[in-house]
Amino acid sequence: MGLDVKKIKSDFPILAREIRNGIPLVYLDSAATSQKPQVVIDAMTKYYQFSNANIHRGVHTLAEEATGMYEDVRKKVANFINAKSEKEIIYTRNTTESINLVAQTWGKTNLEEGDIIVLTEMEHHSNLVPWQMLAAEKHLNLEFVTVTDDGLLNLQVYKELLEKSPKLVSFTHMSNVLGTINPVKEMINLAHQAGALTMIDGAQSVPHFPVDVRDLDADFYAFSAHKMLGPTGFGILYGKEKLLDAMPPFMGGGDMIKKVLLRSFKPNDLPHKFEAGTPAIAEAVGLGAAIDYLQALGMDNIALHEHELTNYAFQKLSEIENLIIFGKNNNRGGVIAFELGIIHPHDVAQILDRHGIAIRAGHHCAMPLHEKFGIPATSRASFYLYNSYEDVDRLVEGINIASDLFG
Amino acid sequence: MDDFYRELIIDRYKNPIYKGELDPHNFSYEDENPLCGDHIRIDLNIDKNNLITNAAFSGHGCAISQASADLLLETIIGKNIDEVKAISKDTILELLGIELGPVRLKCALLSLKVLKAGIYGIGEIEEDLADL
Repeated sequence: MGLDVKKIKSDFPILAREIRNGIPLVYLDSAATSQKPQVVIDAMTKYYQFSNANIHRGVHTLAEEATGMYEDVRKKVANFINAKSEKEIIYTRNTTESINLVAQTWGKTNLEEGDIIVLTEMEHHSNLVPWQMLAAEKHLNLEFVTVTDDGLLNLQVYKELLEKSPKLVSFTHMSNVLGTINPVKEMINLAHQAGALTMIDGAQSVPHFPVDVRDLDADFYAFSAHKMLGPTGFGILYGKEKLLDAMPPFMGGGDMIKKVLLRSFKPNDLPHKFEAGTPAIAEAVGLGAAIDYLQALGMDNIALHEHELTNYAFQKLSEIENLIIFGKNNNRGGVIAFELGIIHPHDVAQILDRHGIAIRAGHHCAMPLHEKFGIPATSRASFYLYNSYEDVDRLVEGINIASDLFG
Repeated sequence: MDDFYRELIIDRYKNPIYKGELDPHNFSYEDENPLCGDHIRIDLNIDKNNLITNAAFSGHGCAISQASADLLLETIIGKNIDEVKAISKDTILELLGIELGPVRLKCALLSLKVLKAGIYGIGEIEEDLADL
């Protein structure tokens, strides 16, 4: 079923604003963060207006309501990615924190000097730096799956690295620069055959197409609420129950304990073991509303819309003289990074902004990938369910204006 | 015509007058803006009276950072180091002739930052270096 983009746009108040007098916004930066529909904003406001209280252990009505709302979202998230149980859904601040959690708990406990972690050249800094930090501390070896000129992972290199018996393989489901959707299921299967666990960065995938963690057989899977119509400051770590159960806690504090003595504590059961302190309750509620909104439209329909829109954009952009798209493969999501002749990406982004079009310019937190392609920065347009064909046309118009200006 | 990307800025970006490296030179300093990866190196020849006799910049960056570097070097050639030390943010903005937000201001001021960091770092120029 095709999406009614006009109707969807009207659900997002920010998309109706003008950037300057008479210049409406075209938002093409959803890979950085998505916009929020009114229902998400309302859900969070209502929570603060009517139900605000600290969760767990409260006896009064508000505390019970708040706890119920907070924990209902966990079931919703579990259902959304088809986890076996809500015990496998750990609330964090974002994808980055989810990955750090695995590095600092599972990694610290299970890895020893000389152990290998396999990453890829297309990782976001959030899936590089936590492992670099751990590797420095525990003297681990990091190995990298290379990226082909077409922006795909080199599976031959991957297979060779697996022969070195790594303990963990961690990679992105979808590149935030190239848009490449990696063959995650196949790669997880290969990793398991080699005896490695798998951690998947799902920041760019969960918002855009159906993800079934059990079908993929992922051991750990991380994503952020703010890229899927929800609020900032809220993320998810999925982990298989038996792995999470065996891991030590992450941060210490209230809520993550069962019992505390002056000199010792007993950690709480899953999932609370990993959630210290008062969490982002309103943000959890916001994510719940975002999931409802996405599910009402249908993730398959969203994926199809973005696929068609990206194909259209790819074709239109390819026709522009001096424009080079990075990652020319068909297995891609709604992210297009490009270079425009001699024009620096910051200038491209600024000229587009003057026409109301929001794109991103820079290294997109993937400096090693840019280095590989021999460029310090790219311009990146990214699409979501609220983007229309007209938005792509406005982008093309804006790029042509930039080309003429520097022509 | 875009009132931000003035002809002067586009022209200096596409056809900079002072882009390149000086060989020989007796001063060289480089730095980058970690936010965007823009990188600028400035080479100078400074004579024994602390007068800048020649200047060139190299590196890569956006139109604003490249044009401001080119305009800055044009301004400092023939000036002495004390005069260069007195150059401010406002001087650069005047040269560019546009208003800049906080993010792009960093681009515009990168070359001045490189120049000043270098000049304050070297202190007095050694006699033998100044003869180059």
